[in-house]
Amino acid sequence: MLALYAMSRITREDVERTADLARLSLSNDEIESMTHDLGQILDHVEQLQALDTQGIEPTAHAIPLATPLRADKASPGIDPDLALANAPSSDAYAFVVPKVIEAEEG
Amino acid sequence: MKLQSLEEQRAALDASEVSSVELVELALTRAEGTGTDLGAIVGLRAEAALAAAAGSDARRRAGEIRSPLEGAPVVLKDNMVQKGEPTTCASRILESFVSPYDGAMAEKLEAAGAIILGRANMDEFAMGSTTENSIFGPARNPWDTSRTTGGSSGGSAVAVSAGITGFALGSDTGGSIRQPASFCGVVGMKPSYGRVSRWGLVAFASSLDQIGPFTHSAREAAWVLEAIAGHDARDSTSLPEPAPALESALTGDVKGLRIGLPREYFVDEGADPGVVEAVRGAVSELESAGAKVVEVALPHTPYVVSTYYLVATAEASSNLARFDGVRYGRRAENVQDLDEMYKRSRSEGFGREVKRRILLGTYVLSAGYFDAYYRKAQQVRTLVRGDFDRAFEACDVIIGPTYPEVAFPIGARMDDPVSLYLGDIYTVSANLAGLPGISVPCGQHQGMPVGMQVLGRPLDEATLLRVADAFQRRTDHHEHRPPGSA
Repeated sequence: MLALYAMSRITREDVERTADLARLSLSNDEIESMTHDLGQILDHVEQLQALDTQGIEPTAHAIPLATPLRADKASPGIDPDLALANAPSSDAYAFVVPKVIEAEEG
Repeated sequence: MKLQSLEEQRAALDASEVSSVELVELALTRAEGTGTDLGAIVGLRAEAALAAAAGSDARRRAGEIRSPLEGAPVVLKDNMVQKGEPTTCASRILESFVSPYDGAMAEKLEAAGAIILGRANMDEFAMGSTTENSIFGPARNPWDTSRTTGGSSGGSAVAVSAGITGFALGSDTGGSIRQPASFCGVVGMKPSYGRVSRWGLVAFASSLDQIGPFTHSAREAAWVLEAIAGHDARDSTSLPEPAPALESALTGDVKGLRIGLPREYFVDEGADPGVVEAVRGAVSELESAGAKVVEVALPHTPYVVSTYYLVATAEASSNLARFDGVRYGRRAENVQDLDEMYKRSRSEGFGREVKRRILLGTYVLSAGYFDAYYRKAQQVRTLVRGDFDRAFEACDVIIGPTYPEVAFPIGARMDDPVSLYLGDIYTVSANLAGLPGISVPCGQHQGMPVGMQVLGRPLDEATLLRVADAFQRRTDHHEHRPPGSA
């Protein structure tokens, strides 16, 4: 199995780096199986490289629409109590998260 | 009368043979029995539905009938929000989420007089084609409970197939309405991109996602689409067009209509011959009604699955970044810092397939790979759209199988993502190109339903439904019910 991974186009380290970017922490087993699965998927999608797409415009949306504009006027938003109703942790009108900035020393 | 189809229910309501309250009571009984046995229904709002039904009955007595859906029960795929109701996306990360607002579908259905009964099972975040990736367990096919319902809108397909509700809503990002409709022997329609508001639909891949109906007949699908379509300023990709008039387009007449059969959909190494035979039989039926058959080419067909999985996972990795344990959803306990909170909340909350797709999407968007994978896929998407533009110069609709095979056993594809993905070859193009598509029951193979897919020009739902309706007027496949249904 190790030899297979070595030949594949995505390495264990790639998966670990990508998981970090995606804010996922994977178990050792998950890293192994994802390396295998993503390798298989990337091997398959490699077929696109055979297509000549020089000068072809990329399509982001199938039906092109201009971004709609609206008047810059205040309108009622969601009630703050409702907005906080699903918060895992809240205080008054705020979402509570673990401390982000450490206190400066001295 | 079994009162299973929307048309039967509407007729019985109009004739005062049944009340909406009685229909809702019947649907609740079926949902708690069959619906639970088949893993189709994951939440019911009995009290609210009965109250809404009483309101509908009162309106009807006063002579107010809001639409053909008035008084009829419906279930929503569990990724469409309704105020005060849970929406889980069949994911641990949203297990305790209760929506603080009404999505567009809840509003539209209420405005049409329909009664929202509850929520239907699905693959987690609509990622999958089997409705097995669900915290509620797999949904089961009413035609053979050892087989998958298809997915990701499997619960919605079962609700209609097993006669729990006369119609249901699902969402279709790469076939998630049409494929389960095909597997469960019902009609499933994905409208043109932008036709139905995505406001209040939990996003998977925003440039591909589209909501649509499950019903038994094309006529019923027309009623539902008329009720749910139309511009919504809260969805910036919503088409600035009024809901189209569809029922009036169902003339039964297909004389002179040009049916395109893509040669790439009928190659020897393609679909199961039993599936192809059923679809060819359906095309012959339309020919005998006066339609003409032409061969068309969709030369980029071999590339559509790769293109789809690159675009869809890239968009998913971005959309699912919002699940961070801060504002809603699961938060891991005993975390030391913010980064650990993000990582553990997401890792504990997402299932395997969702993690796989987030990783793939993050990888193809990451520095050094963006051009080779994501940009390349967007360019091939342009080529795929070009194939359809050219094909539709020679034909009015395109017909082929919805899926290469009939429903397979539960668990059969769990460990082989690539082979499962490749099954989406006939459905993903409609999402990539923004086309409307419908799956219509057209026969059986190995005792299981076969679906015929009809694809139309962008915004031409009317022709699509006319063809499907004309077929159903001449055949009775849509009247077949699974064994042991109520």
